[in-house]
Amino acid sequence: MTEMEVKFIELDEFRNAMQRERERGMDFLREIVGMDWGEEGLGAIYILENSNTRENTEIGVRTTEREKPQIPTVSDIWQVAELYEREVFDFFGIEFTGHHDLRRLFLRNDWVGHPLRKDYDASETLNPVRLESEPAEEFQREYDIQDDKEMAKIVEKLKILHYDQFIINIGPQHPATHGVLHFHLALEGEEVRKVDIRCGYIHRGIEKMCESRTYPQILPFCDRLDYLSAHQNRHAVCMCIEKALGLELTDRTQYIRTIMDELQRIDSHLLMYSCMAMDMGAITGFIYGFREREKILDIMEEVTGGRLIQNYYVIGGVQADITANFARKVKEYCNDQKMRIKEYYDLFVNNVIFRNRSIGVGVLTREDAISFGATGGTGRASGWACDVRKRYPYAMYDKVEFKEILHTDGDCYARLLVRLEEILESIHIIEQLIDNIPEGEYKVKTKPIIKLPEGRFSASVEGTRGEFGVFIESHGDKSPYRLKFRPTGLPLIAAAHKIMKRCKIADLITIGASLDYVIPDIDR
Amino acid sequence: MEIKRPKIKSIPYEEFKDNDTLEAMIAQINKERTNVLLGKLDDLINWGRSNSLWSLTFATSCCGIEFMSVGAARYDFARFGFEVTRNSPRQADLIMCAGTITHKMAPVLKRLYDQMAEPKYVVAVGGCAISGGPFKDSYHVLNGIDKIIPVDVYIPGCPPRPEAILYGMMQLQRKVKIEKFLGGKNAHQNRKEIPDEPIIVTNYPTGEDKKE
Repeated sequence: MTEMEVKFIELDEFRNAMQRERERGMDFLREIVGMDWGEEGLGAIYILENSNTRENTEIGVRTTEREKPQIPTVSDIWQVAELYEREVFDFFGIEFTGHHDLRRLFLRNDWVGHPLRKDYDASETLNPVRLESEPAEEFQREYDIQDDKEMAKIVEKLKILHYDQFIINIGPQHPATHGVLHFHLALEGEEVRKVDIRCGYIHRGIEKMCESRTYPQILPFCDRLDYLSAHQNRHAVCMCIEKALGLELTDRTQYIRTIMDELQRIDSHLLMYSCMAMDMGAITGFIYGFREREKILDIMEEVTGGRLIQNYYVIGGVQADITANFARKVKEYCNDQKMRIKEYYDLFVNNVIFRNRSIGVGVLTREDAISFGATGGTGRASGWACDVRKRYPYAMYDKVEFKEILHTDGDCYARLLVRLEEILESIHIIEQLIDNIPEGEYKVKTKPIIKLPEGRFSASVEGTRGEFGVFIESHGDKSPYRLKFRPTGLPLIAAAHKIMKRCKIADLITIGASLDYVIPDIDR
Repeated sequence: MEIKRPKIKSIPYEEFKDNDTLEAMIAQINKERTNVLLGKLDDLINWGRSNSLWSLTFATSCCGIEFMSVGAARYDFARFGFEVTRNSPRQADLIMCAGTITHKMAPVLKRLYDQMAEPKYVVAVGGCAISGGPFKDSYHVLNGIDKIIPVDVYIPGCPPRPEAILYGMMQLQRKVKIEKFLGGKNAHQNRKEIPDEPIIVTNYPTGEDKKE
């Protein structure tokens, strides 16, 4: 799945073609990559997958119109496309005809220009730092699909939230949103009627910045996307570049990377458990989770020099060799963690208050999980076997034995159980590898200036909260022409909209905690 | 009354790296003279204030996780009187600005700061809050929160270690200890006023330092 063959489809045929793809079983829309090809126009690449047969297709569409580019929507075919298309609209200004709610996703409503276009004017006089809040958008805009290919026009103005309902805002500064996310809710009594999720409060424009950086300079950004799966994010980018270059890694590197990935996964799942406990009012649970997490950070720090953000993987290997104590410390930790995990069950998971607040709350069905592309623990709690480690094994995952944790309830309780059971599974993986780390180089030599061959490359890994993917279009330079990260959190946010509908407002916090999203990863 | 060097329990005065700022502040207050009675009352109030600094939980990205670690079992900032975090700006003494501030977030931060009751402090945690950090030349990142609100303590790092955050908080404690409200001039009055109207901030590098 490294080198991609994109099948380009004419604009008139596009919608029918996409419907045919869906009918033949392509039910998982992995990502929509907005593109600006300069002279050849604007467009998008759709990466599709069949969740049963694991067949992949990449479909491209382009339009030469730059002033008012329009592409038919697919948001009624795959539910996640609703947010993905808003993202592309925000970054490239492509209007999706038929999309029922086309607003900016990340940037302010009064932002001038579309930043990921190649001709974007970045001057600060156009977009100064404003200290007044953005004007609130009250209306949805829907663009009509017209048969005669004339310019589509806004056909309908619908209020996003109806003001006869009770409107409340949660966020952007709120402890239960786990960062800076903004829920705009319409309530009827205690019941949530509609959720309008506003993100972009931590949008740092990483994808645009990557276009002006060399490949090794891109790597530090990956750690700061989803800082709780820093290793995995970097793994994906390194893997994509290594495969494009045809670099063969040493076994030692692969062992170290796999162990580190799994340690990071445990770290993140512990944090998820802790934060969920804290959100539900069980501060003790939080303290216990962080106690064990510190031990992982100690191991990480000894090897990499960093606690939270490690900057460890580099193209061709890892930054530094593991220390002599590494194996002993990891084994000590693993034995300890296996005992401690029982405490979490006694303390929090089997607690009757928590069970009442989470069992049967916020159910996401398997079909919806696939349609929303909600991978990771959320998808697996709904019964969708979406683990990239099993689907497309990388590093050492095809040589170790582990089972993919699946639950079928799809509620908040199942989502927590999946994470806790995955901690044990990760320990199982580490124990198989830790005693057999082969001797050898930890890094292969690369050229001082790394240039990728022309083409489109992609790679994905199992991040801690879903499939983390990288898409690189290279024109043979030392920096990418376009680099797109598949955020693990954005599909979860898209699904949150559906899960939270009709739930009680108090359950909102439980659902948010169990989805386990990280905002800087959503906003990038 | 002469203002003495601030003393906190955990670290001796000489071991702090930055004492010059404090000594300049002390010299300033001493020059302006302080009433003994009110000065002593100030000392008493400051003793209480500096040992119960409650921060607003304002974490936007990575640094927020380290801030959570500081609150958890191993580092436990309650030992030093930072005790609890508050979720409402009305109840908080300081903003721990942990993370990147973007164009969209800037008005929110400013509003939170304005909502806080005086005396209020700002701690900029991490490279992003100090100067924009690794995202300095992004189109959507504010290069340093001191462009919109006054900052008392800067804690560098990406993200800073929990020890660094504790050290920064102790620096703030020392600053709180020498402030005078009753018997002298309020140190806050010396602050540069930040204009209310929107300010234009250059956030793209000029030709010279642009990366190749």
